[in-house]
Amino acid sequence: MATKASRSAARLMMAPAVILLLGWMLVPLIMTLWFSFRVYLPLRGGDQGWAGFSNYTRFVTSSAFWPSIQTTLIIVLGVLAITVIFGILIALLLDQPIWGQGVVRILVIAPFFVMPTVSALVWKNMFMDPVNGLFAHLWRFFGAEPVSWLSDASMPSIIMIVSWQWLPFATLILLTAVQSLDSEQLEAAEMDGAPWIKRFWFIILPHLSRAITIVILIQTIFLLAIFAEIFVTTGGAFGTRTLSYLIFQRVLESQNVGLGSAGGVYAIILANIIAIFLMRIVGKNLD
Amino acid sequence: MARSVTPRRKLLNTTVAWAIGLLIFFPILWTILTSFKSEAEAIAAPPIFLGFDWTLENYRIVMERSDYGRFLWNSIIIAGLSTILGCIIAVPAAWSMAFVPSKRTKDILLWMLSTKMLPAVGVLYPIYLLFIKMGLLDSRAGLVVVLMLINLPIIVWMLYTYFKEIPGEILEAARMDGATLRQELIYVLTPMAIPGIASTLLLNFILAWNEAFWTLNLTAVNAAPLTAFIASYSSPEGLFFAKLSAASTMAIAPILILGWFSQKQLVRGLTFGAVK
Repeated sequence: MATKASRSAARLMMAPAVILLLGWMLVPLIMTLWFSFRVYLPLRGGDQGWAGFSNYTRFVTSSAFWPSIQTTLIIVLGVLAITVIFGILIALLLDQPIWGQGVVRILVIAPFFVMPTVSALVWKNMFMDPVNGLFAHLWRFFGAEPVSWLSDASMPSIIMIVSWQWLPFATLILLTAVQSLDSEQLEAAEMDGAPWIKRFWFIILPHLSRAITIVILIQTIFLLAIFAEIFVTTGGAFGTRTLSYLIFQRVLESQNVGLGSAGGVYAIILANIIAIFLMRIVGKNLD
Repeated sequence: MARSVTPRRKLLNTTVAWAIGLLIFFPILWTILTSFKSEAEAIAAPPIFLGFDWTLENYRIVMERSDYGRFLWNSIIIAGLSTILGCIIAVPAAWSMAFVPSKRTKDILLWMLSTKMLPAVGVLYPIYLLFIKMGLLDSRAGLVVVLMLINLPIIVWMLYTYFKEIPGEILEAARMDGATLRQELIYVLTPMAIPGIASTLLLNFILAWNEAFWTLNLTAVNAAPLTAFIASYSSPEGLFFAKLSAASTMAIAPILILGWFSQKQLVRGLTFGAVK
């Protein structure tokens, strides 16, 4: 039905968005690639010529690199495990008939709308402060020694803060998926005497698989880039320096742009590997 | 898949669900409560839950001390303008992709999504440098552009999934009746598209409001929005729980309320229509 005229009109309408995004993608990307091959220290002599691949090898061989990858993976996997498992359980619970379902849903969803700097600060001070935090009070109440959460148990603390922020997202998406499940199938299985765990494993979980995949992929993309939560709580100390945070420190704190850019290229490659999987799934949905 | 259950079972479910809901909400509730306490009550041991002297003192002090109004205004301007600008650019694009699809439409959509996955930290310095060169560092205009660009793929996708649901037959019928393209846009498409556009604006306003990488790294004083306002409370000197709570409450309250209205759009927007 589309005529030639409407085709070209359509192209014209798409042009601003496409051109802007193309520029937004290519200009910084090319600059990052360029810098990554230069010796570039803005505060110590500026651009000092070609570096070959030395920034790339230096970034990977620095003692901070592997720990940062490890930290990144632990945070991402930890948060994913917590949010997906609890997300499924809460979604199944909220799908049951309960009084005040709407209100409970609003309570559960709330943390997603709290800006990351606020949630990090609130958790850091009002809950995890070793002297006046609520956890410290609770620990003392039970006669235990209060824990300095963000220095002695820094990773579990960060994982817990980030999980609190992302649990609503996982729950909401899984709940949407649960609600689309055909209840007749479940009732039939129940009649045939299938125990709860079997009904969950063979009917509910397969039905949720697509939603779970989406949750995992989208969260991974955001979790790889978490910044404010670490910036505000530990500033990358106590073993919480992720790959993004390491790059941030190289570029802005030590002002070594060449080295940081090489790190940036690694981060881009890592994110792209994950992105490819997400694209496949979303792409399938388009047909 | 909701089914009917016995009242006893329902009571049990309700109790557990409310307990979990309150537990998840508790940090926010606690922050709001603490914001109305005096500093001494805020750190009292054992903690006081409700039986304290409610006061608005903290709000007054925070307003006085840190020019809250300017941060709030920056947040509103940056999140609002970036969202509106994004919609102005995205509506025609999404419209043409939904109603005049070509072979490449799907590829273009996926490519747009892929720009969202570029890790911000990987391109921080180039953007920083460009901002200095163009005099955009610490300016609202610069942040509006950056936030518009990072949210543009989501805006296009959301609008696209909404527009796709508008039946093409209606357009054809309008055309048969002799409607021009302009009439078609104004009288047929716009009324049907407004709910979708409104949801898109809402969700992206929230995302832009809470964005905390670019807003922290590209601002200093003039253009700093609420994310930076709160981050300034992270220094250990002069930290007081009640004032921190008041500041936090002021930063999140507007968006929390907007957020509750946009739960459904959240699923759709952030999964790019893959979960409905």
